[in-house]
Amino acid sequence: MAKTLFDKIWDAHTVSDIPGGPTQLYIDRHYCHEVTSPQAFAGLKSRGLKVFRPERTICSPDHNIPTLNQEAPIADPVSRNQVETLASNAAEFGLTIFGIGHEKNGIIHVMGPENGLTLPGATIVCGDSHTSTHGAVGAIAFGIGTSEVEMVLATQCILQPRPKTMRITVDGTLAPGVTAKDIALYLIAKMTTGGATGYFVEYAGEAIRALNMEQRMTLCNLSIEMGARGGLIAPDDTTFAYLKGREYAPEGEEWDKAVSYWRTLPSDDDAVFDREVTFNAADIEPRLTFGTNPGMGIGISETVPAAPADPAARASFEKALDYMGFKSGQSLVGTPVDYVFLGSCTNGRIEDFRAFADYVKGKKKAPGVTAWLVPGSWAVVRQIKAEGIDRILEKAGFELRQPGCSACLAMNDDKVPPGKLAVSTSNRNFEGRQGPGARTVLAGPLVAAAAAVTGVITDPRK
Amino acid sequence: MNRKFDIVQSCCVPLPMENIDTDQIIPARFLKATSRDGFGENLFRDWRYDADGAPVADFPLNNPAYSGCILVAGKNFGCGSSREHAAWAIADYGFRVVISSFFADIHKNNELNNFVLPVVVSPGFLAELFASIEANPATEVKVDLPAQTVTNLATGRSESFEINPYKKQCLTEGLDDIGYLLAHKSDIEAWESNKSTL
Repeated sequence: MAKTLFDKIWDAHTVSDIPGGPTQLYIDRHYCHEVTSPQAFAGLKSRGLKVFRPERTICSPDHNIPTLNQEAPIADPVSRNQVETLASNAAEFGLTIFGIGHEKNGIIHVMGPENGLTLPGATIVCGDSHTSTHGAVGAIAFGIGTSEVEMVLATQCILQPRPKTMRITVDGTLAPGVTAKDIALYLIAKMTTGGATGYFVEYAGEAIRALNMEQRMTLCNLSIEMGARGGLIAPDDTTFAYLKGREYAPEGEEWDKAVSYWRTLPSDDDAVFDREVTFNAADIEPRLTFGTNPGMGIGISETVPAAPADPAARASFEKALDYMGFKSGQSLVGTPVDYVFLGSCTNGRIEDFRAFADYVKGKKKAPGVTAWLVPGSWAVVRQIKAEGIDRILEKAGFELRQPGCSACLAMNDDKVPPGKLAVSTSNRNFEGRQGPGARTVLAGPLVAAAAAVTGVITDPRK
Repeated sequence: MNRKFDIVQSCCVPLPMENIDTDQIIPARFLKATSRDGFGENLFRDWRYDADGAPVADFPLNNPAYSGCILVAGKNFGCGSSREHAAWAIADYGFRVVISSFFADIHKNNELNNFVLPVVVSPGFLAELFASIEANPATEVKVDLPAQTVTNLATGRSESFEINPYKKQCLTEGLDDIGYLLAHKSDIEAWESNKSTL
């Protein structure tokens, strides 16, 4: 029977199907950070259990860590305790950890692929909804809760209802100045924030095939923002070229064997998806969000839409506009910007820093803007320096910070103050996400760069 | 935590908003604990309290007219972050059931793993229930897990809801997934020895 990419990987990892219930799914790779794991390790201890397959779990603290002076102890004692708890749990249970300051430390979803720990055909989980990022290499990757983290640690399996499959095809070619982030924000607005709930999405089509790996990661990262359980892209020569030679990727004969297997993974021509949706790349322009979920977005040349008619939808819409201080019918272009954040598991990769630097080269940061430029990992920092991007940024008045999740969810000191407006390359514009009362406009790295040098929301193509 | 679940009959706390995300249910700055306890006091923290920490009077959790162990929310409840802390906060506050017209996938699993029952109802049932609660905050709802029915006792309207037989058994008997998996460990080892993965 013809199978989709998703079906092939899921079926290859099915240990059993509970009659009328979920699948018992084997997990190849488990990533672990400090926020969603302590209660799982405590659960193991209270049950007197060991980690079943310690070589399959990799730890990296990222959510809480400061982005300045990482050499010093973390000032916030509660954050410090959580980071130290991850280190002591990793030591006690014999797990690999890339701790603060380690050359491989970084945001889990940046660190995993760049070390070749994320591979095609694998099942990958982490107690973090943006685990969908790893689907970019052609893997089934999704976020889980802490009870499920404990299950994976204890048995290398979880119980999951089988999601439905959806293929989103984006035909055609992207216009210049339009990024993978803009594709994602466009798709989320079209599908709505809950529109892909219950589905695992495969991205396909000419515009997707043309993306490089970092861009594919940005797109897959945001799958959860339309409710999808995850998103994935068939592995191809772009994928193999990216992975070859990375530290944990197979080598020599093993590599050749792996590639021949990975080439069997793409969806069969006659495979049937539960739902198919098609878009055209030519319809996509740089995007912005105007509300308090990632689906509340518009093209940069468009205006904030009118409130929906349905009462519950209307209440949520009006609450969002009230929080953001925007009105229906208004253009966001020209809105003053207080903060710009370049970083996160969505846009904290080398491609994003290249794009940002390319735009600000020879220009100056606007004096009223506070800009936080936070690379996703130490590997990204090293690449930025190797390419001289740090010097371009410095000349334009920007400083680089140290890697971490940072202002994406503001668990460390990188908080946008109440009422201030941030143009952010991160993934969520929920109320208070970047700090209590903070107002977030989500955008790609080019829109962020244009805001940083002009001090207002600006179309980077102009 | 009350792990065994059969029939719950209670008044409701209404949150007639769509797309309530887990950052609202429990903001990130409260995720720094290393235990599962005490999250209920910060449930809906930034909607429940103002910047000075004073209760927001018209927020339903602060309104004495509303009580009970059933939370009723607009569609796509629990979207966003996978943080199980959201389910811990809901359970710790004392809710045993959440009713909505659909739930985000990860949060739904997290509720079930914490013996909170997510009940998916039709949009029409949900709209009528919000109207009943608005007309009379003492409106009660009966959730019968063995029969898989939910009834608005103000109008008598009843619907059946879906839950897979495995999860239903977990809730009625107070069993969890990890217990199931641990009991099948030898199957996992056998499966591993027949497969070459990663």
